[in-house]
Amino acid sequence: MPAPSDLLQYVISGATLGATYGLAGLGFTVIFNTTEIINFAQGEFVMLGGMLAVFAIRWGGLPPALAVPLAIGLTTLVGVVTDRLTIRPVRGRSVIVLIIITIGVSIVLRGAAMLLFGKDTYALPGFSGDESLAFLGASILPQNLWVGGMTLGTLVAMKLYFDRTISGKAMLACACDRKAASLMGINVDGMVTLSFALSALVGALGGAILAPITLTSYDVGILLGLKGFAACILGGLGNPFGAVAGGVILGVLESLSAGLISSGYKDAVAFVILLTLLFVRPSGLFGRRAAERV
Amino acid sequence: MGKQIRVGWLTMLALAWIHTSVQAGEPIRIGAIFSVTGPASFLGEPERNTAKMLEEQLNRDGGLLGRKIEVIVYDDESDATKAVTAVDRLIKRDRVMAVIGPSTSGSTLAIVPKVEEAKIPLISCAAAKKIAEPVKRWVFKTPQNDALAVKKIYQHAKSAGFSKIAILTASDAFGAAGRDELKELGVAAGMTIVSDEVFGPKDTDMTAQLTRIKGTAAQAIIVWGTNPGPAVIARNRVQLKIGLPLYMSHGVASPKFIELAGPENAEGILLPAGRLIAEAQVPAGHPQKAILATYTKEYEARFKQPISTFGGYAWDAIMLVAQAVKRAHSVEPVAIRDALETTRGFWGTTGEFNFSTEDHAGLTEDAFVMVRITKGNWEMLR
Repeated sequence: MPAPSDLLQYVISGATLGATYGLAGLGFTVIFNTTEIINFAQGEFVMLGGMLAVFAIRWGGLPPALAVPLAIGLTTLVGVVTDRLTIRPVRGRSVIVLIIITIGVSIVLRGAAMLLFGKDTYALPGFSGDESLAFLGASILPQNLWVGGMTLGTLVAMKLYFDRTISGKAMLACACDRKAASLMGINVDGMVTLSFALSALVGALGGAILAPITLTSYDVGILLGLKGFAACILGGLGNPFGAVAGGVILGVLESLSAGLISSGYKDAVAFVILLTLLFVRPSGLFGRRAAERV
Repeated sequence: MGKQIRVGWLTMLALAWIHTSVQAGEPIRIGAIFSVTGPASFLGEPERNTAKMLEEQLNRDGGLLGRKIEVIVYDDESDATKAVTAVDRLIKRDRVMAVIGPSTSGSTLAIVPKVEEAKIPLISCAAAKKIAEPVKRWVFKTPQNDALAVKKIYQHAKSAGFSKIAILTASDAFGAAGRDELKELGVAAGMTIVSDEVFGPKDTDMTAQLTRIKGTAAQAIIVWGTNPGPAVIARNRVQLKIGLPLYMSHGVASPKFIELAGPENAEGILLPAGRLIAEAQVPAGHPQKAILATYTKEYEARFKQPISTFGGYAWDAIMLVAQAVKRAHSVEPVAIRDALETTRGFWGTTGEFNFSTEDHAGLTEDAFVMVRITKGNWEMLR
């Protein structure tokens, strides 16, 4: 039986790892809520957040405190451009067409990043140093606290936005029924653009605060996108709280199975549990049952 | 009219003469397949650069047997299928005398049947033991076998008094091969493996595995993988304040590893490496000293990037072919092959090559030295 401090270490490691999945997953929910599109370029937004921050420091000589906001801003811009160039010209097509377009966008973004930044892996310095802190016999990096704090902060901000503001509610209305929303005077195209901007912003924020822990390269988006998507599905697609909770659960499962069962099977264990859960609750842990569309 | 015919004849004769003279001086063609792009580009790029640099140098010094040499490089994009297409092109269209590369073991094993069928010698720049074991008539390789690295680590661990070790290996081809060797050679070296952990090559957090190792009786940890995984492990180890000595494989013997892990997290890590990375510390009398110093200086001046062990594999492969051509005094593939097999005491950047009918890898443990990472630099031990 492992020592309690070891168990605590597994849970803490898993939770911070899971917060990264959750943060990557949050962006999925925003675009899904407005357009019902699963944006497969979400992982690339996360990658851009990290890579642009790294290169703002390396090429621009900026301090990290400036480089990170700059990277997030630029990625948000990429999100807007993505919508204007690829999604808006084909609006009104079936959702599956749009989803396939986002896959194309992800390949283009990944390729462009490879040509621009090269194929190496890069590290970003931790925001508050790399000295680990002891906590009840387990150790935590300051950057882990940043990830946890930022994830919670983003979650609360998004919850407030969707529940309390007119534009947040307008965004949800677009997902329920575009035509009705448009008849009620909501600028649907504008809302879609806004949702791409918002999800790129959340993704880039995630990418930038993750880069000091996970390192970054042009192709990290694939895995983060996949794990983030799994987190969304686990938590219930479209529910921001569900995405983060799903991510944390997935991370803790991986870490516990690596620590207690076998590191060789950690992904398998986590995904078997994920599948079993979805079999029992197809709409995810915190998802509402999908309303049947007529 | 008659005059015109005469002029025509003369022109044709002149053309024919030019043509034959071109054939006599036609360059010696050596084919090369490297993973210049894709995930294995950290191998292929320095290899391509090295091959091109040597081509120029050899030609500047008068070529081989009075003929220019031409190195034709194709990029397999780290994809074994593309390596097969490339070798077909090299053999059938470019009619090369020998093939060097590919960069990865997977690509090498994929093209072996092609070179055997065409009877063209292949000198691989990939490490897997399977390439040269069992010996294939037409296939040689330049990188050290994984087993040599494992032996070197065990020697060091034994002399430091360790007998219980934990291994942490990547779940890719390189990590799995290392894991097999570590387990196989552990018994003979008197090592007990008390913990056998695995990590995914793309994983971003290895604290769970390290915490598990911390709870065992291990006296040292051996990590087998290529970047970025081992860099994450080096960071996690410091984060968890694990004081056990950490050994890594030669797969991280590049400055990139120290950069990714951060010098403070890489401090004290021990690994076997070719002498190339610690070239400045090789003693002056050593037979490799001059080769390493010249190669490092010329490569860094030419490409404005630090030297890499992997480029050295291509250096060895090309120079092995060059010396074989000179000794055989022929450019027939079969003559080159026979000369390669009788190569003795050839010093390359990796070590001393002694090929024979039983050994197409040609190196011993001496091709490795143990290095320690000290203040962000390689420190050669003993």
